[in-house]
Formats: sequence, structure tokens, C-alpha cells
Amino acid sequence: MIDLRSVSFRYRQDWVLQDISLRIERGEFIGVIGPNGSGKSTLLKILCRLLSPQKGEILLEITSLSEMSQREIARKIAVVPQEAYSLFPFRVVEIVLMGRSPYLGHLMFEGVRDLEIAKKAMDWTETLSISERFIDELSGGERKRVFIARALAQEPEIILLDEPTANLDIHHQVDFLNLVLNLNREKGLTIVMASHDLNIASEYCDRLILLKGGRIYKMGPPREVITRENIEEVYGCKVWVDENPISGMPRITLLKKGER
Amino acid sequence: MKILTLKKVLTVTLLLTLLLIFVTLFSVMVGSVRVDPVRSISILLQSLLGLTGTETEMERTIILSLRFPRALLAGLVGAGLSVSGVIFQALLRNPLADPYILGVSSGSAVGAIIAIFLGLSALSFGLPLASFAGALITIGLVFYFGKQEGKIHPNILLLAGVITGSFLSAIIMFFLSISQKEELHTIIFWLMGDFSFANPRAIGIILPYIVAGFLILYWKSPHLNLILSGEESALQLGVDVERLKIVSYLCASLITAASVSLCGLIGFVGLIIPHSARLLFGPDHRLLLPASALIGASFLIASDTFARTILAPVELPVGVITAAFGGPFFIYLLRKRKVVKTL
Repeated sequence: MIDLRSVSFRYRQDWVLQDISLRIERGEFIGVIGPNGSGKSTLLKILCRLLSPQKGEILLEITSLSEMSQREIARKIAVVPQEAYSLFPFRVVEIVLMGRSPYLGHLMFEGVRDLEIAKKAMDWTETLSISERFIDELSGGERKRVFIARALAQEPEIILLDEPTANLDIHHQVDFLNLVLNLNREKGLTIVMASHDLNIASEYCDRLILLKGGRIYKMGPPREVITRENIEEVYGCKVWVDENPISGMPRITLLKKGER
Repeated sequence: MKILTLKKVLTVTLLLTLLLIFVTLFSVMVGSVRVDPVRSISILLQSLLGLTGTETEMERTIILSLRFPRALLAGLVGAGLSVSGVIFQALLRNPLADPYILGVSSGSAVGAIIAIFLGLSALSFGLPLASFAGALITIGLVFYFGKQEGKIHPNILLLAGVITGSFLSAIIMFFLSISQKEELHTIIFWLMGDFSFANPRAIGIILPYIVAGFLILYWKSPHLNLILSGEESALQLGVDVERLKIVSYLCASLITAASVSLCGLIGFVGLIIPHSARLLFGPDHRLLLPASALIGASFLIASDTFARTILAPVELPVGVITAAFGGPFFIYLLRKRKVVKTL
């Protein structure tokens, strides 16, 4: 699906990503983890060509990302932003319809089919009932779901999520992640999620990419990546790793000074 | 589910066009010589069809040579300033932006003042051409200063524009301080905005800028909606953001330059009409742009009619009226409904 071949990127001087090579298969749920400044967000931005790498290339199927137009990319890859604002507030249905803009013809107005797709997207995300509300009147959890609906309206194959659970309470975290998991399992969408929450990444992702200083430190299933040695080495703090008694996935516990 | 359709845009456009026609008719009727509505309409229709009727020659001259061209000009300028205000607010993502924020107005004022000093304002197109040239130079300079590594950053563009504007204001002050009494009166009226300068024949010159600018911007209106939520978000939805910024900056600036070159710096229109139209019709540019243009046109024609009749035979600069009426009306709207979340 996506193929990164020794990709390196820098803003000005120092390389933020170095020699990243990886392959994401169709239908995978990928987690990108690593400390602040390790290059998680930059990696996501490169995947949707908000940034273009100076070295290496990215293939989407067989086409190089650098040869596609922004519009073509937007039909394949959708992004759920970390926090979205609008200078002047739109209604929910208007925001979701904006997801149709990569398909909008010269008529410039959404047609019946676009509205159908938007409605379906709102149905999936349970935002139909708030479709007439203004986006700035919604709670954080509702807003997140609206932006997933917008992403779905793009009819993408890949959805990129940057810190999707930041600022959400545990109830909304679980709700939101279950929704994303559903999209992955039932609609076959490929998901790439950057997260600070290692337990969430461990529970939900098929495969994790652990970044350190812009390089891939470790890549593989959660069991292989989330180990005490890896986490302590990359994050530089003491942790306790055991097994989640229900799912059997690795579970991480933070340690106070002097514990263990 | 309510969504914006072409039908709704056309309906609103039609209704606001009727309002505009009504305001225009009112404007050509009133003045030192009052022409009754039926006769006014019949004169306008006759001239359109190339006929002559029973109306007196004086009435025909007043309406066809004086009041109607002036209303047309006021409408065009009102529409131009409103549209460019909408665009600058979206481009700079700043609710306080107006057509003059990036210094186009100051540049055009310097051009106009130099023309007044050199006596060029006596020539038929001297004043508008000089002010248009001043505006063009400013547009180019601000664009050059505002770019960084080949990209426009709204905040840098804003700073470049505001600073260029203040520098030009210093030049304006300098000219004001050394000018004689007669020049001073002309300059002050120009700075306040006044249609009595306007040469009706110049309408043909500014019309193409305003119409072409509007059409290009309208074609970009779905993308302008997306840029309100930030450049990254727009890019992710397939918008060529850098090109959009350049196109909208140039179009909005040229519309402003064309509008102010004929009648000076009419204030307030470009700030309050966009916000008022947004309160009435929402932030979607596909509806907002035509609505702002038509409301702006009606508002400025009405203001100008007021300016030339309220203290007749003395004519007030129209800028006084737009500020005096627009300001309180806007505060009323602001208190009634919220304009922007962040304001």
C-alpha cells in the first residue's frame, strides 16, 4: 500500500527523519510511537505530503507520492487533525461535506451523491443527530467524531490520526478508538496513528513503529516493540511492563522515583 | 438536511439584486431636483431601449448623466470593497482585516496626493491613474516583503503590509503638513472618500478589474472555505494552498486599488459588510461573496444618497456617513449575534 524507501527529511539544519524504510500493508492498523521530537508528527506529515522529504521516495501502490497532485492524494489519504478550529464557525454537515472537496467538479456545489456519502459518514460516526449544530458548540469528543466523518467523506483508503486521544476523557478515548477499530476491521481502511499513549497503541495496533531521534528504533507487533528494555532505552525513564490480563497484550506502568 | 445549493445562491442573489435596484431607483429620484419614481423608471428604461418620452431634458440629464452614473460607481465601489474585505479576512485569517489593512489604501493615497500637488487632478483621468499606480507599487512591494522562501505566511504578509502602510502614512502626513489650503481640502476629502471626485467615464476603467477579480475569487470560493480552518487542513483536502493565497491576494488587492482610485478611501464598508453578510448568510464563500457584493453595493449607494442630500446643498464626504451609520449598526449586530468565536 505505502512504501517508504530510505526517506530523510529536515526543516533547516538537522535531519528530523533519517533513512526511514518501511512498508504499510492494506488494512493494517499501525501505531507510531516515540518520545517528543522523535519525528512522529513529521512522519505523518510526510505520508500526506504536507512535507516533502529531501531524500528517498514514497510510493502509494506503484505511484510516487511526489508525482501525484494534492487532490489525488486527498482522495486516497485523509487526515484527522489533532485540534481543528475555524475562524468563522461552520455547521457539522458543512464540515463533513468539505471532505467531498477533492471530488468537487467545476460546478462547485455538492450534489445528491455527495450528500449521501456525507450522511453515511455521519451515520458511521454517530454525528447525524448533531448535523445542524455549529462546530464550535461541540464537545471535544463530538468534534473528533465530526472530523472522522469528514475524513470518511473523502472515501480514502488510508486515514492518518495525529494524537487522536489527546484531550479526551477515558470514556471518549475508548469510544473514539472503537470507532477507528471498526473502520479498520469492517471497512478495511488502513490506519496510521501517532500516539503518546503506549497502552492504547499496544491494545489497538497490529504493528508499532518506535522512533528514536528520527530513526526507526524498532518495528513489529506490540509484543516485540513494547518491552522494558526498548521503552527504557528510547524514552529514558524507568517503566514496568507486564501483560494486560484481559487481552494478553503488553501493558506499561510508569514508576515513581525509587520504585522497583 | 439543509445544505448550500446553487438554487439557494441564485435565490439570494436575485433577492439582493432586487434590493439593489430599489436602492438605485431611490437614489436617482432624490436630490436638489426631485424626480418622481415613475418618471425616473421611465427615463432609465427609455435610455436602455433608445427611446425618448415626455420627460423634460433637464430631468433626463440629471438622471442619466449625473445621478445614475454616480449610483453605478458607488455600487461598484461598495461591491468591490466588500468582496475584498471578505477575502482579506479569509486570507489573513483575521476578523479585523479589511481591504486597507495591507497598505494598498496608503499607497493609493500617496499617488493621489502627488497628483494633486502636481496639478494632475485637473486632467480627466489624472487623479485615478496616479492613485492606481501608487496602489500597484504598494501591492508589489508588500508581496515582495511578505514572501519568505517563496511562500506567503499570513502573519508575515500582515506585518509587511501594516509596516509598509505606516511608512506611506508618514509620507501622507508630510505632504499634508506642507500643503496649501486649497490642496489640503481636496486631500482631506480624498482621504475620507468622496464620490464628487469621480469621473463617471472612469467606470469603464475600473469595471473590468472588479468583475474579473470577483469571478476568479468566486471560482476559488470552495477553497476559501477550506482555508478558514488553516492551511494544513486545506492542503490535506487537496487545495493548492500557495497558489490560492497568491491568487486571492492579487485579486483582492487589485479590486481594492481599482475601487479607491476613483473616490478615495471610503472606510468601514470593507470591514462591516463582510461581517454583516456572514451573520445573515453564514461563512460559506459560495454564498457570502455574491451576498457581500450586493449588500455592499446597496449600502454604499444608500450612504452616498444620504451624504449628498442630508445637508444639501452641502455634500458630505460619503466616508463620514459609512462610518457614522455603519459603526453603530455593526455594534448592534455584534451584540445580537456572535461574529467570531475568537473575537
